[in-house]
Amino acid sequence: MKYLFPILVILTGILLSYAMYMALSPNGAPTEQTMGMVQRIFYYHVPSAWTAFLLFFINLGASVYYLIKRCSTADILALVTAEVGVVFCTVVLVTGPIWARPVWGIWWTWDMRLTSTLVLWLIYVSYLFLRKFSSSGQTPVLAAALAILGALCVPFVYFSIWFFRTQHPQPVMGGGGSIDPRMLHVLLINWLAFSCFAFLVCWSRFRLEKLQREVDEAHAMRSLMDDPAGSRSTR
Amino acid sequence: MTSNPYLFAAYAATWIIHIAYLTTIMRRYSRLKREVDELKK
Repeated sequence: MKYLFPILVILTGILLSYAMYMALSPNGAPTEQTMGMVQRIFYYHVPSAWTAFLLFFINLGASVYYLIKRCSTADILALVTAEVGVVFCTVVLVTGPIWARPVWGIWWTWDMRLTSTLVLWLIYVSYLFLRKFSSSGQTPVLAAALAILGALCVPFVYFSIWFFRTQHPQPVMGGGGSIDPRMLHVLLINWLAFSCFAFLVCWSRFRLEKLQREVDEAHAMRSLMDDPAGSRSTR
Repeated sequence: MTSNPYLFAAYAATWIIHIAYLTTIMRRYSRLKREVDELKK
């Protein structure tokens, strides 16, 4: 059990390297005819978006569970998945414009997919700000309610290109479009690699948050023991 | 081939963002470790 985490780190590193090789090499995925090499941004952009959505759904499940059971482990899981989800969503928002510039001729357009993704990111950033700066005892409850609102936006972001006329291409899955099987294979390998990476980051962050709460409790206990008179005078 | 700088920029940006986040986790972890050591004294 002691070596499980380092072993998983090594395996994930190998998987990420293989996924990058497959994404960049013509031996892995064929070069798209219209866009050329720049289309290979797709193998980082799309799996990052899927991983972010997956993390936001786990955040939803943990938040709902926290609201029902008031379980602190669920609260930590919600915080961690939101934080790592925001990192992956940031990758989506950065790689998207870098891909758009040579293909569309612009960095950004206020179309529904791009704007809704930005709004989703802002919702989860505000969730993290709420958790960081609010000192109220009700913070986890408020954050859980905000997380439910954020997760409701995820299907809207994904399917926005069905409901609105946008510049963004149709979704790879369930969009009715076709994709070369070799491209799909490389896309799924990259998604698997990023999901494993996200799992390990969440694991580390979970342990860190648990330790942080234990230290906070220990500090609170110590200040109570060091200054019992001060605590009585505040009553 | 003229688009290759964009490809490089996108892949580099992805890993810069992830490494920056991992660095914040490691810094928070070392700060906490110091706090734990102080509490143990």
